[in-house]
Amino acid sequence: MTETNPGPTSANGTETNASATSASATRGEWPLYEVFVRGKRGLNHVHVGSLHAADDQMALHHARDVYTRRNEGVSIWVVRSSDVTASSPDEKDPMFAPSGDKVYRHPTFYDIPADVPHM
Amino acid sequence: MTTQMNDSRFDEAQLQEQFDATIEAKDRIEPRDWMPEAYRKTLIRQVAQHAHSEIIGMQPEGNWISRAPSLRRKAILLAKVQDEAGHGLYLYSATETLGATRNELTEKLVAGKQKYSSIFNYPTLSYTDVGTIGWLVDGAAICNQVPLCRTSFGPYGRAMIRICKEESFHQRQGYELLMTMMRGTDAQREMVQESVNRFWWPALMMFGPPDDNSPNTEQSMAWGIKTHTNDELRQKFVDMSVPQAEALGVTFPDENLTWNEERGHYDFSTPNWDEFWDVVKGNGPCNTQRIAHRKRAWDEGAWVREAALAFAENQTAEEAVK
Repeated sequence: MTETNPGPTSANGTETNASATSASATRGEWPLYEVFVRGKRGLNHVHVGSLHAADDQMALHHARDVYTRRNEGVSIWVVRSSDVTASSPDEKDPMFAPSGDKVYRHPTFYDIPADVPHM
Repeated sequence: MTTQMNDSRFDEAQLQEQFDATIEAKDRIEPRDWMPEAYRKTLIRQVAQHAHSEIIGMQPEGNWISRAPSLRRKAILLAKVQDEAGHGLYLYSATETLGATRNELTEKLVAGKQKYSSIFNYPTLSYTDVGTIGWLVDGAAICNQVPLCRTSFGPYGRAMIRICKEESFHQRQGYELLMTMMRGTDAQREMVQESVNRFWWPALMMFGPPDDNSPNTEQSMAWGIKTHTNDELRQKFVDMSVPQAEALGVTFPDENLTWNEERGHYDFSTPNWDEFWDVVKGNGPCNTQRIAHRKRAWDEGAWVREAALAFAENQTAEEAVK
């Protein structure tokens, strides 16, 4: 949500959308923003899509017009796509594999007799 | 798009009215909403105390990781202690949405200015205690935390939802551990009973002082931070635990523990509140050790935190040169 230079995307690899923002360095093109909407109080903000805007305030106004025309939300966050650091899709396996074989992290791993209540 | 917070037409009375209406409607308060200062302070205190409990709570069980009786049990215990660290982080994040900082809260914890649950000031004398803690201590925590999923402050409730989902594994692994020991030798069964005897009363005290001696409860309930009183939750926990103990084949160390047909609840003795207050004041068996350990970890980790920052700054500087 902070304003930073839309420089080259980080070495960590960023989402597809984010790489498109390198084009924002091209003269005259508005930078890309990612939009997050809170559907109602008590819920998390959820990513709903993206849009182009010249600055943060414009992004917020456009997000309202594009994504909340039918009461979809009570709060909006916008963040420059170039500020999003994301895991690369290619890294899917090494990144998430460690949790794959840890079945004991799930409650269903443990056999508790059905007649033990509230467990 | 500006929030009402920034609108000068809303004076404090109107803001208070809106806040009250949100609470009245059982809706959630979100971080950018106006809120009374006392609400913010109460929440910071409660959520920080909760976060500290998760972090300090790693110690009693961490004590047995290197001595777990099998690779399977070691992997489970490691995963559980790792979860507690994660729970602490979810909760510290919730306090940060209220304007607290992580460093400030940790400093207060190690200086003894903020509390954590008194249960973690009791020692884990045998590996069996890992099972008992999972069953009773995490069981009590679940009893306490399930209603908190609907607490009035959004980020706290959302942290609780994640935590409750993960606690189920904690309770079940503990109960399964004890069941395994109960199928073992007489000596193992005795270890389970001895462990349960030590943890039963401290587990009941986890719900906090009795309602007539819990000065914050009324306001916390009016604000929707708490939805049940300490005594209500304690009763619920006792009612849930008795049949579980019967299925396991252990007893609780309370001769007055009997079913009351009229009330539809189990009657039980009054916990030793003098002991509770004594532990809260710092005189429990492990208070000094727990804080000293946390302080050591915090102090000895300082160079790592500083080095990571220095490295990040160097990277940024290099980027800028390019």
